Amino acid sequence: MPEVIRFKVKRQQNPDSKPYWEEFQVPYRPQHNVISVLMALRENPVNIKGERVAPVVYEVGCMEEVCGACTMIINGKVRQACSALIDQLEQPLVLEPMTKFPVVRDLMVDRQKMFDDLRKVRAWIDIDGGYDIHVHAPRISPKDWVMNYDFSRCMTCGCCMEVCPQFHPKSQFVGPAPIGQAWLFSNHPTGKFYKEERLHALMGPGGITDCGNAQNCIEACPKDIKLTDAIAKIGRETTIQVFKDLFLK
Amino acid sequence: MAVKKPKIIVVGGGLGGLWATMRIAEAGNEVMLFSLFQVKRSHSACAQGGINACLDTKGQHDSVWQHIIDTIKGGAYLANQPPVKAMCEDAPGLIRTFDRMGVTWSRTPEGVMDLRLFGGVKNKRTCFAGATTGQQLLYSCDEQVRKHEENGLVKKYEFWEFLSIVKDGQGRCRGIVALNLRTMESEIFKADAVVIATGGLGLIYGKSTNSASSTGAAASRVYQQGAKFMNGEFIQFHPTGMPGDDKNRLMSEAARGEGGRIWVPRKQGDTTDPLKIPEDQRWYFLEEWYPAYGNTVPRDVASRAINKVCVEQGMGIGGKNLVYLDLTHLPEQFLRSRLAGILEIYEKFAGVDPCKVPMIIYPATHYSMGGIWVDWEKDETSGNLKQPSPRNHQTSIPGLFSCGECDGTYHGANRLGANSLLSASYSGRVVGESVAAYVKGLTESADEAPEEIYTQEKKRQESINRQILSNSNGENPYLLHKELGDMMREKVGIVRYNKELDEALEKIKELKDRSNKISLEDKLGWSNASLPYARQVQDMIVLAEVITKGARLRDECRGGQWKPEFEIPIPEGKFAGDPEFEEYRRKWMENNERWLKTTVAEHAPDGPKISYEKIDTSVLSPEQPRDYR
Ligand SMILES: Cc1cc2nc3c(=O)[nH]c(=O)nc-3n(C[C@H](O)[C@H](O)[C@H](O)COP(=O)(O)OP(=O)(O)OC[C@H]3O[C@@H](n4cnc5c(N)ncnc54)[C@H](O)[C@@H]3O)c2cc1C
Ligand code: SF4
Ligand code: SF4
Ligand code: FES
Repeated sequence: MPEVIRFKVKRQQNPDSKPYWEEFQVPYRPQHNVISVLMALRENPVNIKGERVAPVVYEVGCMEEVCGACTMIINGKVRQACSALIDQLEQPLVLEPMTKFPVVRDLMVDRQKMFDDLRKVRAWIDIDGGYDIHVHAPRISPKDWVMNYDFSRCMTCGCCMEVCPQFHPKSQFVGPAPIGQAWLFSNHPTGKFYKEERLHALMGPGGITDCGNAQNCIEACPKDIKLTDAIAKIGRETTIQVFKDLFLK
Repeated sequence: MAVKKPKIIVVGGGLGGLWATMRIAEAGNEVMLFSLFQVKRSHSACAQGGINACLDTKGQHDSVWQHIIDTIKGGAYLANQPPVKAMCEDAPGLIRTFDRMGVTWSRTPEGVMDLRLFGGVKNKRTCFAGATTGQQLLYSCDEQVRKHEENGLVKKYEFWEFLSIVKDGQGRCRGIVALNLRTMESEIFKADAVVIATGGLGLIYGKSTNSASSTGAAASRVYQQGAKFMNGEFIQFHPTGMPGDDKNRLMSEAARGEGGRIWVPRKQGDTTDPLKIPEDQRWYFLEEWYPAYGNTVPRDVASRAINKVCVEQGMGIGGKNLVYLDLTHLPEQFLRSRLAGILEIYEKFAGVDPCKVPMIIYPATHYSMGGIWVDWEKDETSGNLKQPSPRNHQTSIPGLFSCGECDGTYHGANRLGANSLLSASYSGRVVGESVAAYVKGLTESADEAPEEIYTQEKKRQESINRQILSNSNGENPYLLHKELGDMMREKVGIVRYNKELDEALEKIKELKDRSNKISLEDKLGWSNASLPYARQVQDMIVLAEVITKGARLRDECRGGQWKPEFEIPIPEGKFAGDPEFEEYRRKWMENNERWLKTTVAEHAPDGPKISYEKIDTSVLSPEQPRDYR
């Protein structure tokens, strides 16, 4: 059994400074994951050269792959660090921040754009208010439920965005995750009242037509969300909407 | 004259904080919403199993009254009853609201919301969305709040840490000081009302089922500034946690609700492959001890039973503190459709498929029933909560409110499964309405408060930060936290003894001293994660003392507080009407005379001052001891 866990981190002190690599090791423990390794490092933050350094900065929340916070690139693959078990990874581990979002510090990036775009595509159901109106929402067939539930597990982690060739700091493209959410809310019996608005938000520059259909996104999603289905459906519907806008108004 | 444009702050964007934000915004007020990270990543997302509300759609004649009784008795009568009654009565309406907000509830073949069975109850009453109910509920609130962000009523301050409230000369809350977690600068935010909705405190026990942010630090901070704290000693240990190094990941009670069985090999120390152990060689101890509820006894009962089997009898798997949670007798397709989320977690983190191999689990620190003390106003005609009332969920500091897991209102000595997503949401809604009512009655705005109260508080916070950053060769905050957690699990755990609690109090004094000498390896003034952590550790130690002192002083067994030295055992094989049982009931009621009281802690420099407060038992008089046999 290995006695230590070795890992290399691409570090960066702030958004404007230059990145650099630093190598570490911590004692081996069974069932360690990347987050628990970074936690262990905090207890004795010494690099491989024996220098005491600032502990590596990263984002963490649930530690069970449900909040999306800890997303980073591990051995070249974007994924959640908390569910990346050391025993299943080659060493030295190589840890890097995501590349499509601005680095805040070390492994922490700023994913605010994704949240802003959720506003853009109106990713909510319009209700009158948070009080009882004494009726339930309309029924939902078990089949629709399966599809909707699938999409509503999107934790805005950014894996799909990281691998999308069309999404990068210089493009306007909203990227796959917000499109998935636009579809989700338009597939809800009352959410679809505002489908037109969502489609309009996804027409034009930065919208659905920017998708090059590379299908990378669906491969990368840790929750197996069928993003390309949503992209295809929204794509078709925006085309129809374009005609409606032209001829019916 | 009323304040024209009141300033309102909500700290915390879990279910509680988001509901509060929604309701305040819906009343037309602007809200500043603070959170350590994007609110969508709040701990509420971890909740798996479901949320209780009596919908009675399963032909079981379930009733709201039964939900009220189950909650009150489940909490060993320690909760004030009018708020509990109000919560249970409003639960179905809250669920309908969530339904309209687009929550992807699991559906029956005819497309209505499905229900499942949870612990401590006999009817199916738990609404669920696969096995990620908390995530789905949280997201639905996140979306509504995003809508209010779009219409300009909500401004989010994400990646900000609440450090303290600002009080004026009359002791009223007039704003907060918060730390920008990017620039590391402290800033003043004036406010006419502040809501603390910062969640649980599991991390005081080091490892727990909670998220990395559930430290209780914010609650500790307002406690240190004079807010009363109630029932701190009542901590819930969830029977089915996955033992782990960094976290004890939870296997939801839903696993048992859907038919999961707990067992250990009958042969002591047996390490045989569990699948090769025949039925008659398995000891289903919960089913044997509690035939009426079996595997779905309430959490405190199940955790103690597991503790007894492992620690007292040495009957854990292979002699270790471990038992099986077995789903393998259930059809795989059924399991996948009902429990997908937790099956995935187990498979991901333990590396085996729980549909094929029994899971290995042990109790873990999970939930704090106690919390910040809050007021409530009774409607004398209905015996219910009067709504809206500015008193509801207001802390002992005027203008400061609290909701969610960090307040201590609804669960008494023990929380029933699926009741806390309910209380977090419900209390958030109530507090939202209280705050809206409170600010209407204000005559002076925060802008009119003397400037010094703000600058002084900011200075105080900055000097604490500076102190930590300038220390050198001191204590490592991460190691100090570990020491605290290990000690709390060992001495203030599922079963408690006064001798150990005394030792714990000694240790806490020592840790407190040492926490003043924390020094950091990271001195950077940008996105420094060590500084807020160090402060959280200092504040966790203070709250640990509240928990421990409360536990030390309360000499009885009630829900999450269990002291074998003071147990009044139920006579075996005897039931209501039997003289032995009636004698037991008499003793139990006598003990209630002494201990059926809310513990109230107030901060003092040399440790918490504890007093006790009478409980309103006007809904269900405490005459029936809890009995799940
Ligand atoms: C694994 C697990 C499973 C569970 N399953 C269930 C279940 O099935 N059913 C059920 O009813 N209950 C369940 N619970 C309990 C339930 O999830 C929680 O009690 C509830 O979600 C708490 O919600 P909250 O809004 O109070 O706090 P949280 O969701 O914890 O939110 C806290 C918020 O406060 C913010 N915050 C904290 N400190 C600060 C600070 N200093 N400054 C600024 N912001 C701060 C955070 O950023 C966060 O936004 C479960 C709990 C766990 C741990
Ligand atoms: S299919 Fe479209 S959205 Fe998905 S990765 Fe490719 S370009 Fe990006
Ligand atoms: S769609 Fe999947 S990969 Fe993309 S943000 Fe959501 S959960 Fe992450
Ligand atoms: S910490 Fe939440 S996904 Fe890893």
